Amino acid sequence: MKHKKDGKVGFITTTFNSMLGWGRKFSLYQYPFITACCGMEYMSAACAHYDLDRFGMGWTRFTPRQADMLLVVGTISHKEAPVLRTVYDQMTEPKWVVAFGACAVSGGIYDNYAVVQGIDRIIPVDVYIPGCPPRPETIINALIKLQEKIQKEGHEWRFQKKKS
Amino acid sequence: MAISKEKILEDLKQKFSDNILDMTAQFGDDIIHIKKEALQDIVNFLKEDPYAFTMLLDLTCVDYQGEEERFEMVYHLFSLSLNLRLRFKARLKQNDCKIVSLTPIFKNANWLEREVYDMFGVHFEGHPYLRRLFMYDGFEGHPLRKDYPLRKQQPKIDLR
Amino acid sequence: MKYRIQQEAREGTMLINMGPSHPAMHGTTRVMLELDGEKIINCELEMGYLHRGFEKICENKTFFNMLIYTDRMNYVSPLINNTGYVMTLEKMLGIEAPERAQYIRVILNEFSRVCDHLTALAAMCMECGAFTVFLYMMKAREYIWDLMEQTTGARMTTSFIRVGGVRSDFPSDWKKTTRIAIDETRKVLKDCHGLMSKNKIFLNRTRDVAIVTSELAINYGWTGPCLRSTGVNYDVRKAFPYLVYDQLEFEIPLGERGDNFDRYMVRMQEMEQSLRMVEQCMAKIPKPSSSSESVTKGLEPAEAIKASRTKKPEERIKLSPNLEGTEKEKYPGILSGKKCIVPPKEDTYTNIEGLISHFKLFMRGHGIRPPKGEAYFAVEGGSGELGFYIISDGTDKPYRLHLRAPCFHIVAALEEIVRGNYLADIIPTFGSMNMIGGELDR
Ligand code: SF4
Repeated sequence: MKHKKDGKVGFITTTFNSMLGWGRKFSLYQYPFITACCGMEYMSAACAHYDLDRFGMGWTRFTPRQADMLLVVGTISHKEAPVLRTVYDQMTEPKWVVAFGACAVSGGIYDNYAVVQGIDRIIPVDVYIPGCPPRPETIINALIKLQEKIQKEGHEWRFQKKKS
Repeated sequence: MAISKEKILEDLKQKFSDNILDMTAQFGDDIIHIKKEALQDIVNFLKEDPYAFTMLLDLTCVDYQGEEERFEMVYHLFSLSLNLRLRFKARLKQNDCKIVSLTPIFKNANWLEREVYDMFGVHFEGHPYLRRLFMYDGFEGHPLRKDYPLRKQQPKIDLR
Repeated sequence: MKYRIQQEAREGTMLINMGPSHPAMHGTTRVMLELDGEKIINCELEMGYLHRGFEKICENKTFFNMLIYTDRMNYVSPLINNTGYVMTLEKMLGIEAPERAQYIRVILNEFSRVCDHLTALAAMCMECGAFTVFLYMMKAREYIWDLMEQTTGARMTTSFIRVGGVRSDFPSDWKKTTRIAIDETRKVLKDCHGLMSKNKIFLNRTRDVAIVTSELAINYGWTGPCLRSTGVNYDVRKAFPYLVYDQLEFEIPLGERGDNFDRYMVRMQEMEQSLRMVEQCMAKIPKPSSSSESVTKGLEPAEAIKASRTKKPEERIKLSPNLEGTEKEKYPGILSGKKCIVPPKEDTYTNIEGLISHFKLFMRGHGIRPPKGEAYFAVEGGSGELGFYIISDGTDKPYRLHLRAPCFHIVAALEEIVRGNYLADIIPTFGSMNMIGGELDR
């Protein structure tokens, strides 16, 4: 599909690319990997009051194989880490990861023997949401940021593994 | 008519005079220091009527690092009919940190003792399945001991 | 090391694994099952996936700094956790909170309990297929969190209950918000009763499934709604009354059979009782010690510091926007005890005594120092007796802190009670136990 002239990307491909991005950003299927307290705030955000569905990311898939967006909600301990890695590996490309809450971002207030200091030490992360727990408004803001990122990304028909 | 707390303590003192080291009270809680050998007998004795301490509220351990009798097991028993909590304590030596298991008497002792084994390394004699509860296989050391550093991590998979 | 279930496995059976990342294992628990057809003949639970080292961390934090960790134990009802921890300390220090603060605590505690039960039942119903009930209950919780946010400034991790009282007084229009929260919750409860309590499908999945006798429940150390569903009348609020619970009128709903449906029903009825208690508290709560109207005029903190260099400023100080008005005038009504409370900000900013006591509270080695010794204190948490066992060695850090987590004892029984039932029964059973990861694994 790639249409190259003098090493530049042509008009048709860029338009097609943005169309793909547009399609992808509004049909984000999410897999919430809920472990801890942030899950309560995630529940509020996903339910009728704040309603993530308004932004085209309401569909929660409870299997990683059907999901595009992995929401890591809550603390990841060392015992949990291999599970998270497996879940990430099971997801099909394209996939995006959101670190939800201070614990997922950096270990948060738990700086001790049991907790992984940030999930980016296990899997690549696209968007970080700070807060302990983040408010629903923050969540929505962050997910819109992710949509913007998806829109701008270069999309390929066939996805190679992300280089990490 | 329910028997009073004083009566129970009196009964205990009479029945187990050799095995009760001390009886104190602090902040309104009664504390009974016992020898570790007598634990099962005392609990069995109290579980029967008229005392009916049928619930094991809590079981935990404290690490007094540096003392010869390093570990202190703490048991909270509760009687529904008397509405009374009692606390029992037994000291264990560092080189002999073993105590008899309460699993034949209380079912929740199973997990509580596994937790103490995981966190402190105390062995329970007669426990059917003594395995780490919170940490994973391959974890070295016992995190709640005072000599385990707070931030010493033992990752299961390679971290970046 | 092989798991027990592998060691005990029989021939011709199937071993399957549920979790730790399974939608029905809310939170993170792994259930290993041995199945004969669809019948569960053996079961083993593995937990610890959310072990965050709470007890170890507490030994390295001061009593004041530790408060935030208690929020995150039972994260559905953080205010009850705060109350439990703080009241254990108060027991050691010999402080009693002022009456108004006690009422504030009770109101917030009862609302937290409603939140806890709402979330537990919402998850349980959703897993049985009733998504509407889930959405309704979350809506009700949102109204309650509105009040919490107005009062405490945070939606769930509040750290609001402090040694000696509470962090701040209710805002001026709290009665209106409370009224709305109560009414909305009642409406939701009525709807959910209509949707679930006589629903054939729900009844089939919960009635007479996973029956627990009272002897078994006591032997496992069950407390709270799960114990009461088996017919045992034990509630910490009645047995060891704390705060102002002995002045309130409420009933303890009891179940009869101890099956899943009873656990659901007891929670449903308990919520109604909690709302009743809040209403009584609203009527009984003593007047605030000062007019709670906010200060609109006055000095900003920075100006006050400047002014205080020459002489004491006379005007009242306007505080940051989320703490309306002055603090000092409200303190007598909501906080008591010297040396353990954060001095009012006006004093910290403008006079030397306030500044010194502020430093004394936060300096390492000072702060809240309970006398040497140990204490156990329990409150009625969302899922049972929530006890704190604190050993102090006279410094500002606890020597050892142990949390008696109610759901630890409840979940421990799962292995036994699902045996003999069908695979699908494990989902409502697990839901009705209200497993909270933060409390279970600590
Ligand atoms: S960030 Fe805070 S609220 Fe979220 S999981 Fe961690 S401790 Fe809990």
